[in-house]
Amino acid sequence: MNLTLKIWRQKDSSSKGQMVDYKVTDISEHMSFLEMIDVLNEGLVSKGEEPVAFDHDCREGICGMCSMYINGEAHGPDRGVTTCQLHMRMFNDGDTITIEPFRAAAFPVIKDLVVDRSAFDRIQHAGGYISVNTSGNTQDANATPISKHAADTAMDAATCIGCGACVATCKNSSAMLFVGAKVSQYALLPQGQVEAADRVKNMVAQMDLEGFGNCTNTGACEVECPKGISLDNIARMNRELMKASI
Amino acid sequence: MSGFFKSSIGRKVSMALSAFFLMIFLLQHLTINMMSVFSADLFNEVSHFMGTNPVVQFALQPVLIFGVVFHFVMGFILEIQNNKARNVSYAKNNGGANSTWMSRNMIWSGVAILAFIVLHFIDFWFPEINTKFIQGDWSGLHDGQLRYYHELQEKFVNPARVAAYCVAFVFLGLHLAHGFTSAFQSVGAASLRKKLGTLGKAYAILVPLGFIIIALYHHLNHNH
Repeated sequence: MNLTLKIWRQKDSSSKGQMVDYKVTDISEHMSFLEMIDVLNEGLVSKGEEPVAFDHDCREGICGMCSMYINGEAHGPDRGVTTCQLHMRMFNDGDTITIEPFRAAAFPVIKDLVVDRSAFDRIQHAGGYISVNTSGNTQDANATPISKHAADTAMDAATCIGCGACVATCKNSSAMLFVGAKVSQYALLPQGQVEAADRVKNMVAQMDLEGFGNCTNTGACEVECPKGISLDNIARMNRELMKASI
Repeated sequence: MSGFFKSSIGRKVSMALSAFFLMIFLLQHLTINMMSVFSADLFNEVSHFMGTNPVVQFALQPVLIFGVVFHFVMGFILEIQNNKARNVSYAKNNGGANSTWMSRNMIWSGVAILAFIVLHFIDFWFPEINTKFIQGDWSGLHDGQLRYYHELQEKFVNPARVAAYCVAFVFLGLHLAHGFTSAFQSVGAASLRKKLGTLGKAYAILVPLGFIIIALYHHLNHNH
């Protein structure tokens, strides 16, 4: 298929960017979206032009590195997939595809489609862990029984890969789905409950400090999340913060 | 606890709590107004009670005013913060693919409701405050009869005002269509958000529809 691409080009974080049009031809419908960008970049390099910078790593939908806003949706029009798992069969010959970086004041553009998502790292550092002494006195994993429901719900929350699609798609650039998932995966398990109050207070405080917006429950994040993280996690985070503050 | 209400989640919870209060008030307001459709005397008596009862006037009314002002002011503060959180807009954004129009435009339905409240206060609340608190007339009488029903009918003679009220009630319905269940989600009751979806839709349709029926009834029956 032959496509027209409208891609955000920005030299560096301090430069002003703009949308630039490109043509790509003979794209296979079996290619992934990133492979299509690879083809574009090979063409640009062969012409001596600067290739389009974009984030990617595993290309298996696990690492959370790819981060494109495609035709007005985070990770494109498919559901439950990251950009690397989006295939060109989702598009038609002759289509014009708009490709932008994830937009949020807390995710500044580094170059072209690459954004700085270290705000998520700082939120994790604020409390997204458990303080377990593992130096020779670890307990048997089955010593404390955990209900299947709690284990499954915690595991569902833990599938968040921190890609930032929730922030990108939220009209308020809110990070509450990400933080809700991280708070939930610990709050549901006994290992995490010891530090639950401090964790939620510190992570929410860091989230606010980073300049993310406020959740207005549109539910867009849940729809666009490649891992299907549920809004229930935001509600749980709200309950955890209320409980921790009383 | 004060730290909680300074956080993004605390503000969201405070918006939800004021929303619950205002949704209960709307039901009470609709119930009393609906009496005017069925009985002028009953409406006059209940209005006189509400308008002269010291608990209503000096305790509930200030709380209501605070609730209304708080909901609007906090809504605007959060909207300004949210706009700052995305300093560069998308060239192409397909919001309709993942969320409802109502959920994305709460600020605009809210602005329409605020404009209506200004009109509504000019029509009813300011004259009432003037009569009771400035002129000191707490009798509720005009020409020897309770004045409330007559004043209500007078206001709905003008078709432009009736049209403005009806349009505002449509915006109220759109606001409630998202706001009802959203408030439950904000206070952490995710299961209630899902269970009360149908009730929320019914509330968002029936309450504004009730107000529209009342406005149209009095416009069409003002000579009776």
